[in-house]
Amino acid sequence: MKFAIQVNEGPYQHQASDTAYQFTKAALEKGHEVFRVFFYHDGVNNGTRLTTPPQDDRHITNRWIDLAEKYKLDLVVCVAAAQRRGIVDDDEMKRQGKDATNIAPQFRISGLGQLIEAGIQSDRLMVFGD
Amino acid sequence: MNEDEMMEEGGTIKKFLYVNRRAPYGSVYALESLEVVLIGAAFEQDVSMAFVDDGVYQLKKGQDTKDVDMKNFSPTYRALEMYDVEKLYVDKASMDARGLTEEDFVVPVEVLSTEQLAELMEDQEVILSF
Repeated sequence: MKFAIQVNEGPYQHQASDTAYQFTKAALEKGHEVFRVFFYHDGVNNGTRLTTPPQDDRHITNRWIDLAEKYKLDLVVCVAAAQRRGIVDDDEMKRQGKDATNIAPQFRISGLGQLIEAGIQSDRLMVFGD
Repeated sequence: MNEDEMMEEGGTIKKFLYVNRRAPYGSVYALESLEVVLIGAAFEQDVSMAFVDDGVYQLKKGQDTKDVDMKNFSPTYRALEMYDVEKLYVDKASMDARGLTEEDFVVPVEVLSTEQLAELMEDQEVILSF
């Protein structure tokens, strides 16, 4: 089956982000396809490389990065939600005149159209949130 | 995302349902849900919106956000018609429990029983829950 994943909550604050990761990983390991993981609302905070949890805790951002590297996952952060919450890549830094970036590797910033497209292209859109 | 990218899905039309469950200003879900609906309209899908639980407050007439210093986005619901988003459903139980009637809303809606709402959901291909 071809899945699309929507993550609506930030890391650590809410289990939705963990559950989305566990589901995505399990689906891929079972041989399913994941068309795209789309991060929306506070979910965009999963995509900052500045995340620094205590060493004895899971590293949520790095887990996504590792999964994306292994399975060539498309991790998309919503641009409108990212702008509100200060998630910045090179393009956004230039466009908005900011002095830094914080997007994690393997993540990319793009528009809400990517979420709609994922809904159209996939057999199931799974929403993880509150 | 540019216009070409957004239009490249031509052909597939799916039934999209946006489920709005939260009050308009206590969290950003309502506003960001509306942003998905507006962007998604460019994909010309078969769109419905359902308002349940505190989500029915999103449509309430007479919203005044001056004192909380937030943008009153309730007029945007009246613009949905221009985006061909005309199927708006309200859960009767949620509406009744909050002492609201159809006359309290900024747009015409169809009021559904919980059973009818379940049927509506059953009939959808993509459900986004906010």
